[in-house]
Amino acid sequence: MLRLEPDRSTVGSCHRLAESVARSVNEELAGRSTVTIERTVARLFGVDGLGPSGIPLANTVVDHLISLGKLEEGVALRLANASLVLNATPAEVAEKIAAKKVDLGSLPWHGTEACRAKAGKLAAAALERIKDRRLERQELLNAYPVHGSPWLYVIVATGDIHEDIIQARMAAAQGADVIAVIRSTGQSLLDYVPHGATREGYGGTYATQENFRLMREALDEESKRLGRYIRLVNYCSGLCMPEIAAMGALERLDIMLNDAMYGILFRDINAERTLVDQRFSRMINAYAGIIINTGEDNYLTTVDALSSGHSVVASQFMNYHFAKLSGLPDEQIGLGHAFEIDPNIEDSLLLEIAGALLVRELFPSCPVKYMPPTVHKTGDIFFAHALDAAFNLVSTATGQTIHLVGMLTEAVHTPLLQDRYASIRAAAYARKSARHLRENLRLEKGGKVERRAAEILDKALSLLGEVESKGLFRALEDGVFAGIRRKRDGGKGLEGVFTKGPTYFNPIEEGLRRELGI
Amino acid sequence: MSKDSVRERFILPYGDHRGDGVVQVSFTLPLPDGPLGDEAARQVMRQMALNDPQVAESTSLGENYTFYVGYGKLSRPVETGKLKVARPLWDKIEPAAVEEMVNRRLGRPIVVVGAATGSDAHTVGLDAILNYKGFAGDHGLEAYSCFKVVNMGSQVPNEDLVSRAAREKADAILVSQVVTQGNVHLANLTNLSELLEAEGWRDKVVLVAGGPRITHALALELGYDAGFGAQTRPQDVASYLAQEVLRRKSLY
Repeated sequence: MLRLEPDRSTVGSCHRLAESVARSVNEELAGRSTVTIERTVARLFGVDGLGPSGIPLANTVVDHLISLGKLEEGVALRLANASLVLNATPAEVAEKIAAKKVDLGSLPWHGTEACRAKAGKLAAAALERIKDRRLERQELLNAYPVHGSPWLYVIVATGDIHEDIIQARMAAAQGADVIAVIRSTGQSLLDYVPHGATREGYGGTYATQENFRLMREALDEESKRLGRYIRLVNYCSGLCMPEIAAMGALERLDIMLNDAMYGILFRDINAERTLVDQRFSRMINAYAGIIINTGEDNYLTTVDALSSGHSVVASQFMNYHFAKLSGLPDEQIGLGHAFEIDPNIEDSLLLEIAGALLVRELFPSCPVKYMPPTVHKTGDIFFAHALDAAFNLVSTATGQTIHLVGMLTEAVHTPLLQDRYASIRAAAYARKSARHLRENLRLEKGGKVERRAAEILDKALSLLGEVESKGLFRALEDGVFAGIRRKRDGGKGLEGVFTKGPTYFNPIEEGLRRELGI
Repeated sequence: MSKDSVRERFILPYGDHRGDGVVQVSFTLPLPDGPLGDEAARQVMRQMALNDPQVAESTSLGENYTFYVGYGKLSRPVETGKLKVARPLWDKIEPAAVEEMVNRRLGRPIVVVGAATGSDAHTVGLDAILNYKGFAGDHGLEAYSCFKVVNMGSQVPNEDLVSRAAREKADAILVSQVVTQGNVHLANLTNLSELLEAEGWRDKVVLVAGGPRITHALALELGYDAGFGAQTRPQDVASYLAQEVLRRKSLY
């Protein structure tokens, strides 16, 4: 069996340091909420759709409370009160707000107790809906089990959800197990979620609840036809992390890209905003049975993969502990990494094996996600295909769980139909032809692979030590991750973070904490 | 004229012997796999002016789409003497020589402000040109003592880029655009040059566009001074900027 035995005490220290970092961030930010968290509560109370001016009703409700200076209470109590006074659903209340027919500030107050009880009921109903979708997934997985590991994961990105569906069906029939609908460029920086089925996007398709529903429906049909459950992925990142988590939970998405720090580093979203949002969004993902994928692979596309392998591992430990604190079990924590070492380096394949195997051993119960080479691909699609073949083999031989299928035309364009086909075929070949390779191999004691893995782990430990002693915010300011510096009060979206008032109430979060035991 | 030099002037793709004209193509048709699809695939190749079209492989991709690998022979040669080739109007200079030239003639670093603008979230190309690490063993502009680099990263509004460039007294602005769907990048690039024009600033900076779909010709058309496309190395951009900035000050 191809195994590494990472030094136990080093691993233990990494866990302790990372947990301490995550805990102190969560404690520091415990008194904060954000506009998108409040919009999530509104959405889960049934507020959906657009107002007359085309603004999402969830935004209208939150903006209305901001204008009244009442957002520090959260949306739950005021929406519950209005529902009681007007004898209307929160959705109807939101429509009246949008039509300027009601002002939440001037309604008679039913009393905190009655409002809390009403809000609690609305929250319980929402959690019940999410639970139903989770059970539904479990039934489908039982009926249409997925055999073979790693799962082959491909992307569709036409911008038109109906076109995406055709491509997704083809990919599934060709052997893909997981379909990701890449988002339109720039959606991460929108402080609202677009609405309805969309047929135009730039570099991808907007994440909307209707698009989620349409794609899930098509993949359910395809799952039945193929007798194998096809998982659906979207991106729970950017300025609307928790809203997208809620939409995904309601429409039974299976995997969400959901990193604790990605938005800070790669989208210049404010650090506090991201860290507050990730905490709540991960509780929703946890409860919905959604696997989260973290984005450490991005470090290796920004800085050199050979010299920065340890920053990936350090970040994985932190993402892992942020996830645990939000109630995610190991089985739903899909930590990310990538095959990005310069292929011109001698023994680069051995170094890739060391990195991949180390991640596998450090997080044995996690469905780790392995990303293909991108940086060292050029317009030479034939060499790119060869590079992917090596990646495919390493993925199978080191027991990765989620395998993002590399595209030969990565450096040229979004995949053509035949590119996706050729790449799936190559990955499926490696998976089948080398199925039992891992159990038939053993590493040379003290060899290059073991030495490289030990070096990465040691450096990860010292990086985590640095982050722990500085605190995460200082570490981000010093550019510890991917060489990118982010100020605590810089970046986009800080204006959407607020301090909870003494009467703040969020029954969704309370319900989730109860259910998840956190 | 000798037979050999005629051969050099009239060229054909080389498969396994000179002049065979063999071309390999692959494409997908929205047809089910079968005789009709095969014939359609051969017709596609005929319309590409390929003789003797052969379908080496046809594979169903599902949903009534089929993938073809084909071979054909190009019969009409390319006459190289009649081609017009766009060549860059600057010389490629070694990094050390760029530094020496700028330091000696200008006596201060060239200030370069770069950004991926609009909704574009991709910074790989911009980083490859600007960051110390560079690309394919060629260091980026930050590695040169003769450039002061401000890399604003991705999704920067054009207005922010212009105001930052003004504050830094930039000699050059580098804009990276990757996303191409619906030609959004073109509108965005044009908007930037118009914005600079409106601020009365356009003539004061060297305005450069870069990205996999950008060509020098396209950049000129959009009102830029230069464009850098796929296969650009940091050294190309460094050479150009040094020469262009010096030339404008009559130092080159």
